[in-house]
Amino acid sequence: MWFFTHVWILPAVMAGSFLLILLFGKRLPFKGAEVGITAVSICLLFALATAFNWATWGADSPTVSASAPAEQVEATEVGALAEVPDRCSNVVTELREGEGGGATEAAPAGGGTAPAGEGAAPAAVSGTGETAAPVLGSAPSAGGKEEETVTRPVVRCVDWVETAGESLITWGTQIDGLSVMMIVVVTIISLLVHIFSTDYVHGDRRYTHYFAFLSLFTGSMLFFVLSQSTLQMIVGWELVGVCSFALIGHWWEEKPNSDAALKAFLTNRVGDVGLLVGMIILFFAAGQSFSIMDVNILAQEGEIRHVVLLAASVCLITAVMSKSGQFILHTWLPDAMAGPTPVSALIHAATMVVAGIFMVARLYPVFFEGLSIANSSVNLLAVVGAVTALFGAMLAFVQKDIKKVLAYSTVSQLGFMVTSLGVGAWTAAMFHLFTHAFFKACLFLGAGSLSHACHHSFNMVDDMGGLRKIMPKTFWTYLIATGALAGIFPLSGFWSKDEILAGTGSFPGTEGANGTYHLMLVMLLLAAFCTAAYMTRTIWYAFFGEYRGHGHPHESGPRITVPLILLAALGAVVGFLNLPAAFDFLPSGTLTRFEKFVEPIGLYFPSITHASFNPVLAVLSVAVGLSGILVAYLFYWKGAFKGLHGLSERNRLAGWGKNVLVNKYYFDWLYTTVIVGFVKGPLARASNWFNQTVLDGVVNGVGRGAVGVGRFVYDDIDQRVVDGAVNGAGATASGSGGVLRHLQTGRIQQYTALFFAAAAILAGVFVLFVG
Amino acid sequence: MLLNQFLLLAAVLFSVGVYGVIVRKNGVLVLMSVELILNAVNINLIAFSTYWGLGGQVFALFVIAVAAAEVGVGLAIVLLIYRNRRSVDIDQLDELRG
Amino acid sequence: MTGLLAAAETTFDVPGNVAFAVLAVLMVVAAIRVVTTRNIVHAALWLVVVLGGNAVVYLILQAEFLALTQLLVYIGAIIVLFLFGIMLTRAPLGKSGDLDNNQRWIGAAVGVLLLLVIGYAVTRTWGSDRLDFAAYDLPQVSDVAGSTVEIGGSGNGRTQALANEIFGSYLIPFEVVSVLLTGALIGAIVLARRD
Repeated sequence: MWFFTHVWILPAVMAGSFLLILLFGKRLPFKGAEVGITAVSICLLFALATAFNWATWGADSPTVSASAPAEQVEATEVGALAEVPDRCSNVVTELREGEGGGATEAAPAGGGTAPAGEGAAPAAVSGTGETAAPVLGSAPSAGGKEEETVTRPVVRCVDWVETAGESLITWGTQIDGLSVMMIVVVTIISLLVHIFSTDYVHGDRRYTHYFAFLSLFTGSMLFFVLSQSTLQMIVGWELVGVCSFALIGHWWEEKPNSDAALKAFLTNRVGDVGLLVGMIILFFAAGQSFSIMDVNILAQEGEIRHVVLLAASVCLITAVMSKSGQFILHTWLPDAMAGPTPVSALIHAATMVVAGIFMVARLYPVFFEGLSIANSSVNLLAVVGAVTALFGAMLAFVQKDIKKVLAYSTVSQLGFMVTSLGVGAWTAAMFHLFTHAFFKACLFLGAGSLSHACHHSFNMVDDMGGLRKIMPKTFWTYLIATGALAGIFPLSGFWSKDEILAGTGSFPGTEGANGTYHLMLVMLLLAAFCTAAYMTRTIWYAFFGEYRGHGHPHESGPRITVPLILLAALGAVVGFLNLPAAFDFLPSGTLTRFEKFVEPIGLYFPSITHASFNPVLAVLSVAVGLSGILVAYLFYWKGAFKGLHGLSERNRLAGWGKNVLVNKYYFDWLYTTVIVGFVKGPLARASNWFNQTVLDGVVNGVGRGAVGVGRFVYDDIDQRVVDGAVNGAGATASGSGGVLRHLQTGRIQQYTALFFAAAAILAGVFVLFVG
Repeated sequence: MLLNQFLLLAAVLFSVGVYGVIVRKNGVLVLMSVELILNAVNINLIAFSTYWGLGGQVFALFVIAVAAAEVGVGLAIVLLIYRNRRSVDIDQLDELRG
Repeated sequence: MTGLLAAAETTFDVPGNVAFAVLAVLMVVAAIRVVTTRNIVHAALWLVVVLGGNAVVYLILQAEFLALTQLLVYIGAIIVLFLFGIMLTRAPLGKSGDLDNNQRWIGAAVGVLLLLVIGYAVTRTWGSDRLDFAAYDLPQVSDVAGSTVEIGGSGNGRTQALANEIFGSYLIPFEVVSVLLTGALIGAIVLARRD
């Protein structure tokens, strides 16, 4: 319990480490690296202790059985929220007051070992006569468990802003399985990245600043995942964005790098608008409360109208698109490879891009209800995810830069997670996030190790090759992580990917999924095939064949290889944390551990079901992965499909296809040339023309008609008034066309004018219609 | 004396300041216009402090301090711009166009 | 000035309103000159008028300490800083043709729009409220020993009360402001340093 209530120490330690490194780093013997590593190590120990406590804390949790009366279930679930203080959540307070009488009556002997306040909960159920209900939460069944352990989230908050009205803005921490899992992942990856970096950026110009920002990055992410209010989430979200901006542009002296940082930042701004709007909608929908608990419970209980939830979730999905590199707004992610490789590992495995996934997971009731996920409706989340998974995987084929392959691979894998959330397989998504963090970090750090050996080149086609013998440790760890990414049994990726595939509920014989999404299954299988193939391609280029670069590559030092080995080992085994419930020949204490500890059950989370393990699907997914590897193997090693080699040079259609991929589906071109150009030039010109010709024509025509009629009556008054009006209208029209053309000038003062005008108009609307 | 007359005076000064920020080309003049805006806000703060206690005056003091800091840094930036481009015309700073 | 002070002590009536009207017109005209004049140095001098007028407005509102601070900080320091800025950037000292860019009309439109919105909102909400100095009348302030003393009667009672506020409830923000000023100082030096 002490760990749960004091978890605020984690971000505080990292923030302190940031300041310490920034202020004194340069004078320390290791230039500040030791401060960062110490701080992250403390956080890791703290996180592991928290995780351990969380695992044992569940032991005396109250349980509800499926056949218990509804009131008793609710009483138990309200009782489970005993660690949510009144000031942190209005709704919980109300619920508690509503339930208070009944629950305390039913709890004469409730005290016992449970902490005060939770006594009511177990007692409420023990009176139902359900003591004979079948044992543990891991009882294998397709339609859900007979008895579920209710999660007891621990929330702590302090006042942030006290407003005149009802609402009180708080910030604090919320501990439940999700945040515990996230802090463990973030601290593990961050620690290994820190260690890796001491060697990788050794002797860098801004070594100290680099470590300072690593600390801040880790701290922001911890702050974000522990958020208690949606406002705090926004703050954490932006902090993460700023840190990634600073780290992507770490070598800002070169223009492409600072451009990439700017692109990441500005693309994220697009999504941030969605985030802000979505959060504001939720604020008002939840009765002017920022508390995540309030939002979730009200969304879950159906207190918020469906349309409102739909609008909010669509807005929030925009934010996910930008932050988690989903299709349409994914373009910044590959460019972000301009940053130092360990940063890429951190961004892709544990911090930046995961923030979007985490946000959906945290506010899942909003999405679950808003998008009607349980009704198999084809929703935005699932579509965006599946499209991203497939398109990202295809883009990875044509990259020469090994880091860009991995970047597109991340885009694709994030697509898997988003799809999984979209089809209701929450646990599968979180599990994939968990496993993906390890093997993707391993791949990125492996790529960093390769480039470290090859004179800081990432071009695997031109500067690598044949490194298998020279860098055996990098090779083997990279191979294991590739296997995990491709979903090869029994590496971790297999288990999580299989859960996601089963979660689509489409494969025949799979039971218990939340809905049925046929299209998603097909797209994900195709993406899995591509994943296996392009990863095999990188292995071919980097590790086999002849060395094509110059100089003599060498195996990296222990500070680089040890993190690699640790990550590869973790990436290999963490899949066993969530063995499917169908493996009932194993002791029940080893099955579905991840699900048991991470997935919340209770008032603030939708009661999702879990797809059962389907051996046929599992074999199929492995077969798909293996066939991807096989095809790539035959293509590169054996020179099979001779006709295909160099096809893009010979066949125009194939060449066209390759061009589309090389140009990333022309998205960047679309953004820079078409949209910006269109707004800048033709649109403005067109509207100017429209104003000048059509509107002027109409106005002039009307004017002339009026003049013609009026000339009979008042000759010169008419001339003056009507013509004046007409000319005025014409001038205004051409003026507004000019304004539109000048909209995108880069001149600050025009933006200032627009800003103030917009603010004035908004304020006016507010004063007139709201205030 | 009405409270409103002070508020309206502040509103006029604020709007004039905004006009200056939008229209002036010279960086120093833009900073002067910002001072107008800040002073307008101060009038509001002090006028309202006659209702709700001295907090408004304290806040106005803070605004003055922040304004001093702002002018210091702002002028340093203008100076830097001048040194790099031999001109303080805000018009010519259009790198944001991309 | 003393007349104004005297007026500030009593209830407001016609002389006070007349003084305010003159002052307001002067300030608005000066402000408009700041943003329209074609001579940069004149703009700075007109700004002095506005800032000085501000100080008088503070006096009318019975905030003597702030009025003095305004004079010291703004007219004593900031204006000098501006004049230095004008000098260092070698701005044309005489009349110059093009101090404005070509969006004068946009600026005017935005300004008028803002004025209308603010004016409407303010008038609607506060249109008929009279000034009320009740909040200033803090006759009793506890001294160091903890007993309460009458200070409202003495000449600088309000300043004492203000000091109590700053170094009491607003102590931490006050310290933060000093950190901010230090930061700004360092920042300005770093930016303007020739290296």
